[in-house]
Amino acid sequence: MTALLSLRNVWVEYGDKVVLERVDLDIAPGSFLSIVGPSGAGKSTFLRLLLGQEGPTRGQVLLDGTPLTPECGPDRGVVFQRYSVFPHLDARRNVLFGLECGAAPLTARLFGRARRQALEEADAMLAAVGLADAGSLYPTQMSGGMQQRLAIAQALVKRPRILLLDEPFGALDPGIRRDMHVLITRLWREHALTIAMVTHDIKEAFALGTRVLTFDKRRHDPHAPHRFGATAVYDIALDRRVAAKGGQIDEKAG
Amino acid sequence: MRWVNVRPRRGTALLLGAVPLLLLVLVYLFASASRHAINPADKILPTAEAMVTAMRGLVLAPDTMTGRYIFWADTLASLQRLGLGLGISTLAALLVGLVLGLLPGVRATLGPLVTTIAVIPPIALLPILFIVFGLGETSKVMLIVIGILPVMIRDVAGHVEALPVEQMLKAQTLGANSWQLAIRVALPQMMPRLIQALRLALGPAWVFLISAEAIASDIGLGYRIFLVRRYLSMEIILPYVAWIALLAIGMDWALRVISRRGFPWAHAAR
Repeated sequence: MTALLSLRNVWVEYGDKVVLERVDLDIAPGSFLSIVGPSGAGKSTFLRLLLGQEGPTRGQVLLDGTPLTPECGPDRGVVFQRYSVFPHLDARRNVLFGLECGAAPLTARLFGRARRQALEEADAMLAAVGLADAGSLYPTQMSGGMQQRLAIAQALVKRPRILLLDEPFGALDPGIRRDMHVLITRLWREHALTIAMVTHDIKEAFALGTRVLTFDKRRHDPHAPHRFGATAVYDIALDRRVAAKGGQIDEKAG
Repeated sequence: MRWVNVRPRRGTALLLGAVPLLLLVLVYLFASASRHAINPADKILPTAEAMVTAMRGLVLAPDTMTGRYIFWADTLASLQRLGLGLGISTLAALLVGLVLGLLPGVRATLGPLVTTIAVIPPIALLPILFIVFGLGETSKVMLIVIGILPVMIRDVAGHVEALPVEQMLKAQTLGANSWQLAIRVALPQMMPRLIQALRLALGPAWVFLISAEAIASDIGLGYRIFLVRRYLSMEIILPYVAWIALLAIGMDWALRVISRRGFPWAHAAR
């Protein structure tokens, strides 16, 4: 079994409303999965499944062959469209937070040499996302793009098995978004990440992904539209040039 | 330019704010002078001179019976009760609010209780407090606590509950357990709100303090006001009221400074 994450006949239902039905997927390590689809087609529900924020009503979600508990854990990193950084911590401490939680269960703080080492790691991560000079800024003092860079650094410092992105660049203006595409591509290659990204932007989905999933309803009952759920109707493998130099994405597609 | 867009500068704003206060003082002095012109023995609107004379006896001279400086003894007694009440309430609101806001199970268990206590008028409980805790200090402090604590808890717990779910999920993906979430994510973000809740609770706290002192006490600012009322001693009541206002303003200002110094991120312009 080579899949990092597998979904086996997964259904998600809220009461009698079926959101997802019969989702069968294997996500290979190192892939960049883009998820597109119309509003209400279960994209976010799908991401919540992967995140462990909720469990499937039926079926199984397996990480490395073992079922996921319906709770978020440090093996999965996440970046939301907004609110994924802590407003009361400056950039360095935002990144440091993950290291402190892992190392100090009781105080959630590091001291002395351990703290210095963790700070070095955090600073390196900040530099990797282009925030080397912004370590002492609070999120409210940052632009939207900087906040998303920080959110990525925060997630990556924990070395997650899979990085989940929920419309991470949706609120950014086009120029910044292009910078972020370059950044995420570079990080994906350098850190050999597995990424699942939900997006509204089809161009973005094809420019970044190695595989594009389209969620929609296969069947539609006009009298009871809620009784049929969405599933991955298209599953397109892209031959993305992994060898492209310097994290440049194909600008014709992007 | 539209009126809604006219913003006074800092200096102008201070000046504008001082005008109504000065006006109030002037109106009083004028009214007092005109009453005294008709009746030099008027007790309703005493002159500034009468107030100074009356207060000098309380502030600067020891009482012949007890040897205490009455004004300062009153202030100390009242501030001690108020401080205890506010301190206990703040500490309890911090603990209960945090747990209530963070843990859905505790919220389901204790939420209705807090809401129930919050809707009971605290003064209606005062007889019970007197019966249970006696007429001493405990019942007065308890009245303040019961009066302001439920509102503070609800406010703070609501704030914790309203923290973006994304933040909580993010912290969990960073490996935080419930305890770490409480002390590193919820608690620091709750502190400015707690101070805010305390500032808003200052008003009601004073109300409950003065009420308790008026009903059963032998010392305190509220006690003194209600005592001298019997002699129509407005020359003591008015300075005492002004002093209470000054103390309240000072406390509010101090809390604001603490919040700004301690939690600058919460006061950043968005």
